[in-house]
Amino acid sequence: MTGALNRYLPLLLLALLWEAAARTGAISKLALPPISEVFVAWFELLRDGDLFANGGSSLYRAGAGLLLAIVVGMAAGIFMAWSRPVNILIAPLIEIFYPLPKSALIPVIAFWLGFGDGSKILLIFLGCMLPVTIGAFNGARSSEQVLLWSARGMGAGRLRVLWDVVVPSALPEMLGGIRTAIALSFVLLVTSELISSQRGFGHMIGVLGSGGIYDAMFAVVLTVALLGFIADRLFLRAMRRMLRWRE
Amino acid sequence: MAGIDAENRRSAVGAPGIARAARSIAARSASVVLLLILWETLVRSGAVTPFQLPSLLRVAERIGSDAASGELFFNAGLTLYRALTGFAIAGIAGVALGMLIFKSAAARWFFDPIISAGFPMPKVAFLPIIILWFGVYDMPKITMIVIDAIFPVVTATILGFNGVDRHMLWSARNMGAREGEMLWQIMLPAALPQIMTGLQVALPVAFIIAIATEMLMGGRGLGGAMLEASRMADSPGTFAGLVVTTIFGYAAIKAMAMVRRRLLRWHQETQQTGGI
Repeated sequence: MTGALNRYLPLLLLALLWEAAARTGAISKLALPPISEVFVAWFELLRDGDLFANGGSSLYRAGAGLLLAIVVGMAAGIFMAWSRPVNILIAPLIEIFYPLPKSALIPVIAFWLGFGDGSKILLIFLGCMLPVTIGAFNGARSSEQVLLWSARGMGAGRLRVLWDVVVPSALPEMLGGIRTAIALSFVLLVTSELISSQRGFGHMIGVLGSGGIYDAMFAVVLTVALLGFIADRLFLRAMRRMLRWRE
Repeated sequence: MAGIDAENRRSAVGAPGIARAARSIAARSASVVLLLILWETLVRSGAVTPFQLPSLLRVAERIGSDAASGELFFNAGLTLYRALTGFAIAGIAGVALGMLIFKSAAARWFFDPIISAGFPMPKVAFLPIIILWFGVYDMPKITMIVIDAIFPVVTATILGFNGVDRHMLWSARNMGAREGEMLWQIMLPAALPQIMTGLQVALPVAFIIAIATEMLMGGRGLGGAMLEASRMADSPGTFAGLVVTTIFGYAAIKAMAMVRRRLLRWHQETQQTGGI
């Protein structure tokens, strides 16, 4: 506990500096509401349930899109490494779509699915699938030939080899890809919700910002940032646990 | 198509060099052709409305007319200017900050938690605050790009410097290298592969954020033009923007990979072909 406190002390100092700058008027309260007022606004948002309602729909969108991206991305990456025809079919598509800035998909997806939940889920799915696929592919490709041969030699069928050798050896890089995807999903979620949405964190930030209610806006912004951070830390923990067998 | 596939298989057997280059070009163009055919069949089959997916020809016409009027180059130039300026600032400041954190314990104490907490945060959420502070022109867009793109560069730089082989440092010092020489002639080149990896992560980030900020704040550029077209229900215009954006993104990422190969020509990794 003290270790964590010590480690994050600089962040605490920054928060104090923020409070001081706003209180003394060094920075206009309009541009930077004191962090204490942001906290008050945050509790207010929690109490009237706004934050939960909007947060719920944001997390649903990000979660559904991510889940799809992880399942499809993993399957695509592993099958690409496993079978040459699949590779020939999929690899070129990845080559084209990898450099596409994912945010450019937002207006196009609006033509397909409008502005509701579906459009956000599709955006996050398409945007986050590539890092997972590439991670799974690179991981599966690098599984050791010796392991493959010995598994084959001991009489394992092709599917058995896939499940028992290829998938576990792809795991580290695949999980790395998923970690990138989680970070990206938050970026895409907030951007698309800021552009067009009736609910969600991005929508809240937009409405509060244009209404000039900056303390509440800062509260939502910090909530989103914190959630992104927590999601990453939780995943990192799960990742370490899943990779413990490698030691 | 059959010819390309045959070409593919033949050169896959071995023959490095020209055959490999031809193979990769063939594979890449085959993929583009396949995708375009799929696109056109989908439109022709009537499975989607022209609004959902305009025909290839109309999109190409649109790109052509945008190019002829200069609109395309103006918007692309703006987006490139914003993305690359932000990327350059993030690159230089990121490497400098990474070196500082590596060298000074005080800097490490201060910046380490900020970086480890800030890296996974969705920084775009701070955009309304950036707008509040810097307005809506180029300045806030570039600031946002720097904030997002600097994290991978800093972490990669620290990783690179930490990974420098100690024996190399000892022998350099033993041969009388001064502090400055150590830094520029030994440590920086040794850390360069990692730093380049960080920059290669940062570049697409810069483009994603450039497009996103243009959509959110307007001010033209490829992102602004796409959102404008989308609001007018101008479907060919939106898809034209998507295609042009993809082409520029592709060119930028390939250029970056070339720079890496050039800068690291002396390094063993250049002998192998890298993945994506």
